[in-house]
Amino acid sequence: MPELSYELLQNTLTVRLSGDWLLGSTLPDSQEIARQIAQHQPQGITYDCGQLGNWDTTLITALSAIYRSAEQHQVANDLTGLPSGAQGLLRLAFAVVEREGARRSAHEPGILESTGQSVMQMLEELHELVTFTGELLLSMGRLIKGRATLQGSQVWLAIQEAGAEALPIVGLISFLIGMIFAFVGVVQLSNFGAGIYTADLVAVAMVREMAPIMTGIIMAGRTGAAYAAQLGTMKVNEEIDALTTLGINEIDFLVLPRFFALIIVMPFLTMYASILGIIGGVVVAMSMLDVSMLQYVVQTNSAIGMSTLLGGLFKSVIYGAMVALTGTQQGIACGSSAMAVGQSTTRAVVMGIVLIVVSAAILTVIYINLDI
Amino acid sequence: MAAVNTNSDAHVVVEDLTLSYGDFLIQQQLNFTIRRGEVFVIMGGSGCGKTTALRSLIGLKEPAQGRILIDHQDFWKLDEAGQNKLKRNMGVLFQQGALWSSMTLAENIALSLQLYTDLSTSDISDICSLKLALVGLAGFENYYPSEISGGMRKRAGLARAMALDPDILCFDEPSAGLDPISSKLLDDLILELRDSLGTTVIVVTHELASIFAIADNSVFLDPVSKTQLATGNPKILRDECDNLAVRNFLARGMMEDEQAG
Repeated sequence: MPELSYELLQNTLTVRLSGDWLLGSTLPDSQEIARQIAQHQPQGITYDCGQLGNWDTTLITALSAIYRSAEQHQVANDLTGLPSGAQGLLRLAFAVVEREGARRSAHEPGILESTGQSVMQMLEELHELVTFTGELLLSMGRLIKGRATLQGSQVWLAIQEAGAEALPIVGLISFLIGMIFAFVGVVQLSNFGAGIYTADLVAVAMVREMAPIMTGIIMAGRTGAAYAAQLGTMKVNEEIDALTTLGINEIDFLVLPRFFALIIVMPFLTMYASILGIIGGVVVAMSMLDVSMLQYVVQTNSAIGMSTLLGGLFKSVIYGAMVALTGTQQGIACGSSAMAVGQSTTRAVVMGIVLIVVSAAILTVIYINLDI
Repeated sequence: MAAVNTNSDAHVVVEDLTLSYGDFLIQQQLNFTIRRGEVFVIMGGSGCGKTTALRSLIGLKEPAQGRILIDHQDFWKLDEAGQNKLKRNMGVLFQQGALWSSMTLAENIALSLQLYTDLSTSDISDICSLKLALVGLAGFENYYPSEISGGMRKRAGLARAMALDPDILCFDEPSAGLDPISSKLLDDLILELRDSLGTTVIVVTHELASIFAIADNSVFLDPVSKTQLATGNPKILRDECDNLAVRNFLARGMMEDEQAG
């Protein structure tokens, strides 16, 4: 047990240390002695370590409070009573004067302040996204003028990653969503004897809304996150700096191929998602209703016009653009630490999904006004 | 061969350079000249802004004030095309190599050749093999950066920096993370490149052995006064510089006389 006592004799404060001072034991309060020094301002301080056992830096921690108080009140502090190792460590701890202004208090912002900060940060992020969109457009301008170098192989690689490799997950989700819609349709519409119109419900819902939006969200979680993490890690590893020093524009070289890859694959993935959703509908309808495959297909065919199909595909292109934009922007804007890469990836997915839903709402209003 | 030994020829001139991150001042009032074909070391203690100074020389960090003249052109006043032209004349080896991880070593080296030259594919592949052989990595063309060691990655980074046969080669802490032997080999390679190709070499380092082995000239940056304390040949500075901090740094803290504090 570490023990600490003091004695004030003839204006000299003697600090007595005994027992084992080791990490894990309960420490006596050294602040009390510091207060005594402040109160009585003795001429000197000495140490008596006759009973001191083993010690580690816990001893130094306790002593530094006394040391600091002695320095502050300019009391002569005679360390010779301490073990020589402890003297050395104590001097070392106070050897370098704390740099002025270096200390930072752990500041806990109030609710008003943190709300304000979040709003400012959101505005900042929006501003960055808009700036980035502008840079992307400039890069496309350079491409059209033939001044940007778009590597075909990079686009193909990105198409493969974003397209072919996403087929299983997109297929599974769409098939299940088609089935869910068909269940709802069969149960509700059968009440009116209109069960066959389940085909219309599934077809229109999938082709127009669900296939583009679900594919978009899957892409945000899969490809958008991958873009942010890839580019963010490149930033951390100075790989983007290495491109810049060769005079290669990072938007031209890294962002454009990924952007084009996503807006190229999105319509195809969406079409594939629609087909699988409709197949999911067929499976449910055939098992729960008395319809043949042919009837269902004919009914589906009559439900979807060209405008529904093109409307859905156009949406998918927009969603793809949103996912590519947020993913690459967050990657390029990533800070230079492992934590920053994680934050960028999260933000890319969240912003991607938010932008998909917002643009879905806007597009729906536009479509209604255009009678599509 | 380009002018090798016209030592009076200023290649890079830094005038009244001030560097800062926002309001946070890094260095100010930097003035030095790097002559064609010399090995110039930017040295100083940790955190003094050496790397930031290098970043402004290679076009990654715009200075708050001052000019950087490369081949008599004010780099930061040029338009993008002009800057890119100068950048292609500079090769940079980053601290960790910064190889593009999705490409093989050969592809890393080939990229700038594909973009900026009209060489045929087979010529490019020959050049890549030669550059890899020069840095002792013959046969590693089809390895990915993640498959080789840190020291090898650094050498591969050097091969990439040399791809376009630049007039200026920049090294950010070349010996960081290397054992003494590899570090010595890299120093030898730097001198060899300078001697045989007449390349101007700019090195950021605080490794004394390396400084004395390679530097023709140097500038010493100080983190406290946030400016340069001395320029010149480091061996001469160690013995004759009137600034104690510089002598102390170069003598590894052995100049105990009149120690401040």
